[in-house]
Amino acid sequence: MADLRCNIAGIDSINPFWLASAPPTDKKINCERAFIAGWGGVVWKTLGDNPPGENPPVVNVSSRYAVHKDTNRAFIGINNIELISDRPLEVNLREIEEMRKEWPDRVIIGSMMAPVEEEAWKSLAIKIANAGVHGLELNLGCPHGMCERGMGSAIGQVPEMVEQVTRWVKEVVDIPVFTKLTPNTTDILIPAEAAQAGGADAVSMINTVNSIVSVDLDNMAPRPVVGGKGTHGGYCGSAIKPIALHMLAEIKRHQHTANLPVSAIGGITTWRDAAEFIALGAEGLQVCTAAMIHGFKIIEDLNDGLSDFMDSKGYRSLDDFRGLAIPNTVDWNELDINYDVKASIDSDKCIECGKCYEVCEDTSHQAIEMLVDKVSGKRKFSVIDQECVGCNLCEMVCPVPECITMQDVDNGLPYVNWPNHPKNTMSQPS
Amino acid sequence: MGQRPSQSVDSPVLSWQELEDNFKDLHPALNAQEIQVESTRCLYCYDAPCIQACPTSINIPKFIRQLATGNPTGSAKTILTSNIMGGTCARACPTEVLCEQRCVLNDGEHEPIKIGQLQRSAVDHLLDTAQEHPFMRAPETGKKVAVIGAGPAGLSCAHGLARLGHRVVVFESRAKAGGLNEYGLAAYKMVDDFAAREVEFILQLGGIDIQYGKALGSAVSLTQLQQDYDAVFIGIGLGKAHQLDLAGADLSGIGDAIEFIEQLRQADDISIMKPGNNVVVIGGGNTAIDAAVQSKRLGADQVTLIYRRGAHQMGATEFEQDLAAINGVNVIHWAMPVGFTGESSVQSAEFEHCAIIDGKLSGNGEIFSIDADCVLLAVGQYMVDEGLNSLDFEKGKISVDEHFKTSLNGVYAGGDCVHSGEDLTVQSVEDGKRAAKAINEFLVEV
Repeated sequence: MADLRCNIAGIDSINPFWLASAPPTDKKINCERAFIAGWGGVVWKTLGDNPPGENPPVVNVSSRYAVHKDTNRAFIGINNIELISDRPLEVNLREIEEMRKEWPDRVIIGSMMAPVEEEAWKSLAIKIANAGVHGLELNLGCPHGMCERGMGSAIGQVPEMVEQVTRWVKEVVDIPVFTKLTPNTTDILIPAEAAQAGGADAVSMINTVNSIVSVDLDNMAPRPVVGGKGTHGGYCGSAIKPIALHMLAEIKRHQHTANLPVSAIGGITTWRDAAEFIALGAEGLQVCTAAMIHGFKIIEDLNDGLSDFMDSKGYRSLDDFRGLAIPNTVDWNELDINYDVKASIDSDKCIECGKCYEVCEDTSHQAIEMLVDKVSGKRKFSVIDQECVGCNLCEMVCPVPECITMQDVDNGLPYVNWPNHPKNTMSQPS
Repeated sequence: MGQRPSQSVDSPVLSWQELEDNFKDLHPALNAQEIQVESTRCLYCYDAPCIQACPTSINIPKFIRQLATGNPTGSAKTILTSNIMGGTCARACPTEVLCEQRCVLNDGEHEPIKIGQLQRSAVDHLLDTAQEHPFMRAPETGKKVAVIGAGPAGLSCAHGLARLGHRVVVFESRAKAGGLNEYGLAAYKMVDDFAAREVEFILQLGGIDIQYGKALGSAVSLTQLQQDYDAVFIGIGLGKAHQLDLAGADLSGIGDAIEFIEQLRQADDISIMKPGNNVVVIGGGNTAIDAAVQSKRLGADQVTLIYRRGAHQMGATEFEQDLAAINGVNVIHWAMPVGFTGESSVQSAEFEHCAIIDGKLSGNGEIFSIDADCVLLAVGQYMVDEGLNSLDFEKGKISVDEHFKTSLNGVYAGGDCVHSGEDLTVQSVEDGKRAAKAINEFLVEV
């Protein structure tokens, strides 16, 4: 059994899995259930106090989530238009204090949000820190509702504000501060560097992606439909994992931000997803949508699967493989143009569905041949090596595990990248 | 020929509830969740093998994809474009030896897509919800075609011709249309009067007039129809069941399985339909299974199905054979009937064990008898050629070319009365469909 303990920004956790600030961490009863299930920590649903003392600061609408599913019931992603906690601040803080006492080995991070006013950030940060949280997370990411009041992503999209807000909070608390970043920006490095400049101990990323997840064709309104109208909301779940991985890689492979701890968020659903984020350098992980779809019990296989993977690879701790994929994440210009890979179809495994043939013929390179036995009607599919560009599409659409595999071709050619390629007329010899 | 099988008096009587349970849908319609799961399991193959295995070439992956995307009406149209009796075929086709046998998931997952069940849900959706018939007739051509027989071949041909703008008069000898769909399929395969609903649906197209009680040879003559119509299609099926030329075969209590199945389908009160207490069914096809299983489900104490060859040679599919087994039918292979005994009604049936000896099926001299108060014969049917003297025949059926044209100009034939494929509803629908195209070409040329 591998050691799953992790440390991020000085905070120890029994495992890398925390529940992200969201409905699952709305109150004590949820968080208790999470800890009983085995989660390492929770980031309490975002607290606000604006104007100070006026509780609760927000009122939520009815009809809050909408889903993007495939035709087979599986969730691709969820979008939500829920705001931050609509429960009184003092109730939340009291529950946090109780939970800290009752669950000493679990992490509780206080998520917070305020308008761009120094006093608002500082007073709220102190109140939450005094409740005993391990750290604070600054919600600069919500892309719906709160941003219309100048909070959330309205701050996260302005690097100067990200830096300023982070600095204000750092000035009044001595616990780790996580600045939570929005992906609704062109270059994640800019807000990440701003948070770093403001003194952030870590960044949490990514927050939800701005979205309209679906249109209700009967009501002709975006879902979720609230009294005949809808609005853009925050998209999360499996669908955004690729976006989050890319943004994590950007931070980890750039010199200025490489050492900035990242609490990675974005569609983590299985242990494999978790391992991928760690391989790209994540110090910690946060999960929300997968728990909202399946309940807190998913922590069992997240832990078990990750541990089993590590055992199979001989990794004893998360540090043993953290960041191993970073050096292999490069610019396109560094890729070897002479590398050659081709599809290979195992006809013993083939069930003759013809999907590989159809997609290659219709949408790719006409590199698969279909031979039909005139007597039996049996179909045999094989790759035409001269035509195969190694795009992987056939392997991807094949429904049979390991029937189509991509095989390295030893063409004896040396590594050459585009800047040094003979066909590159713009090349500048390095 | 004995008289109609009658109810036995000395076996326990099934309650209404038991009877109702025994004759409800053999395969209940899929619910919305099942449709979603099953339709999305389909791989949507390229040039799918299941299409090739369907005698009517229904674009199966397309209609399943349409179900998966929430377009059941489009799905039904895809089915009905190729097979206007897609509803009956979904219920009655031996899919296990047709489309589902060729499903590639037999290899990958050892479980084909439930194509028949999905087809049923699509067609049922359209029948239940459509405000109008999904197809339009072409402008009237002024041509008239006579169709003899309102079974699957005749109605399929009539629908095809009417769509092309021709007027069709169907001459049906019986009181209802649908042929074997109405009279010949087991009750639990065609619940809720589906055959009649389907006929009504087909007629919604317009341009088709059915005249009932008009049998070929008595009420109508082929020569007269040739004179009165621009073309004729014959879809009369097989009219008679083979009998056994054995001692005691005329005893009361010995009857045709197909007749029993028909009476059961037409019965208002199935509680009086139990054919006997000790029922012996002779034959190896699906008709034999239908008769045996239904006898059991009506409350017969012992039902024995006897076939002269082995399980592999049975015309009944493996699914049907399993159905007999799980319904408690005793199946005896390799035995042939040699006679029946009884006073006025049958009391016992005698059989001889047999085997293939020197490539020929022969009795081995071992005789055994089975108590029987009812014997149902399902040993095949043959075509009645009454009123068809002017046509050429081939091996007992009407001789046709690849366009379903008979030896007479302008006269076409299809379905079970020709040699086109298996004697199945789906084949008859295909025959009628293709004959309609051929007749149309003939009419355009004239």
